[in-house]
Amino acid sequence: MAAATRRRPPNWLGYLPYLAPGVLAFGLVIGYPLAMNVYYSLFRWKGGLAKMNWYGLGNYIDLLSDDAFWVSFRNSIAMVVAMVVVPTLVGLVLAAVLFDYLGRRFGTRVAAVLRATYYLPQILPVAVAGVVWNWILNAQTGAINVILSGLGVAEPPDWLGNPALAMPSVMLVLIWVQIGYPVVIFMAALQRVDPELYEAAELDGADWIHRFRAITLPQIKPETFVVSLTCTVAALKVFAPVYVLTRGGPEGSTLVPSYYSFLNFFDKSKVGYGAAVSTVLTVVIIVVAVVILSFQARSERREREGR
Amino acid sequence: MAALKSARLKETVEARYRRGAGRWVVLALAAVFALAMLSPFLLMILNAFKSPQDYSQNGPLSLPTELYTKGLVNFWNRTEFPLKLWNSIVISAVVAVLGSLLSLVTAYAIGIGRVKGRIVLVAIFLVANMLPQEALIYPLFTMANAVGLSNSRWSVIIIFTVIQSAFGIYLLSSVLSTFPPELLEAAALDGAGRFRILVSVVYPIMRPTLGVLMVFFFIWTWNEFFIPLVMLTTNATQTVPIALSSLQGDRLMDAPTTNAGALVSLLPALIFFLIFQRTLTRGVTAGAVK
Repeated sequence: MAAATRRRPPNWLGYLPYLAPGVLAFGLVIGYPLAMNVYYSLFRWKGGLAKMNWYGLGNYIDLLSDDAFWVSFRNSIAMVVAMVVVPTLVGLVLAAVLFDYLGRRFGTRVAAVLRATYYLPQILPVAVAGVVWNWILNAQTGAINVILSGLGVAEPPDWLGNPALAMPSVMLVLIWVQIGYPVVIFMAALQRVDPELYEAAELDGADWIHRFRAITLPQIKPETFVVSLTCTVAALKVFAPVYVLTRGGPEGSTLVPSYYSFLNFFDKSKVGYGAAVSTVLTVVIIVVAVVILSFQARSERREREGR
Repeated sequence: MAALKSARLKETVEARYRRGAGRWVVLALAAVFALAMLSPFLLMILNAFKSPQDYSQNGPLSLPTELYTKGLVNFWNRTEFPLKLWNSIVISAVVAVLGSLLSLVTAYAIGIGRVKGRIVLVAIFLVANMLPQEALIYPLFTMANAVGLSNSRWSVIIIFTVIQSAFGIYLLSSVLSTFPPELLEAAALDGAGRFRILVSVVYPIMRPTLGVLMVFFFIWTWNEFFIPLVMLTTNATQTVPIALSSLQGDRLMDAPTTNAGALVSLLPALIFFLIFQRTLTRGVTAGAVK
């Protein structure tokens, strides 16, 4: 009898008081503002106490013919390259080299020290990193150009001021910031791999490249999805580095959607328009996340069926 | 016999690891890459205490000829650094505590209480974690003004408590859904109610995970930029990263001021990282394996 009562499903209604604060807080700080932001995007509004003028979908229609808007999303692709594609590929190789090559030949301490070094940029406030890089890349007083003119270069490039160079410079900084994250995650993932698998492969005469492709890559697939999802979302949302390095300039060459909506909100006093930009960004992020998550689900399903 | 054979085979494999010049080349490449990663830090340290004259004469790569502290003093006074430090510490610490508390209580209802619609709830929290802050900022700004929290540290604390716990709830819900049911049943048989079980059964077991979560919340909040930039508009309330970036473009921001400022601004995060390094690496892994 006692066993029967114990096995009865717990009354979840009794747990609602524990759920309430969280749901309430989320409704207040995320749900309501998100809805209000969509609402604002249907108006022409200078913000504050100014009158809100109904504009319907006008802001969204205006976006379609706004070059800056399209440029900002095109620049998002560059951000994805700098924050997802390059760090994931380089991180994969670095993690495998540290774990499977250097770790075995020089001990795990060497690998741990190198890993910590690669991870270091991840822990500092990204705004601080941006300020330091802003100085390093400064055209007149920056470290790079002072070194270059010391070497006799007459006209060193204006790294952040030249529209052709600004984006590659920002990308370089972002790669530097981002690279440690996949290295740490992938190395943790490799620790799950049975070392005998590698030893067996090595005894069979498989060289490093073969082992990398046959063992390392399949083993860290789950982490690869996690890294690409979190980094892609971060790349689409990127704000602080752009704000600190270039403020979207020169000539909009480093403009990104988050900065563009910020500009409209607080600089141009076009609140409705800024709200429309950020709403589009939200939709893009959710769509991209759903696509990556469904790829992950499909890959997991295929793996289960294969077994 | 077989064991002996495999042991010998293993030895040959290990011996092969130790052979060859190739490994030194790989090590050198990895070290050069590490040096490249460190170079901005090295440049910063080299030039934080170098006088502007020294800098313009000898460039960024030389050792400073004398210890020049004017840059640091300049930055310290102009930003009222101790105040900014205090703001950052208060905001990050309160968010770390409140955020992990909110995460635990909510995840308790989802993971152990198994409330109806929990899958949808977790999905909502997951999405909330991905939202761009730009899509929330203007309404939040308006709301803070309406309730008299404009330019208040509390507005930032409340917002980040919720934003950070989106991740915390997601993580703790999945951890708590595998919580050993025997423990809960035993406590229930002893007559413990839901609150008692949360406080004296679930909380003690979850403490290490909550510790990781608090370290994360602290560092994430410390490093936040966008929301503090918009919400905290005066010197009295701003955080360290905002203070540093607000000096940009200032005529008086010479190389030593910039570098000394950046150095003291990243020091707290670095110290915090070194103290909690082990907890953190474990935490990064915990986050990765879902």
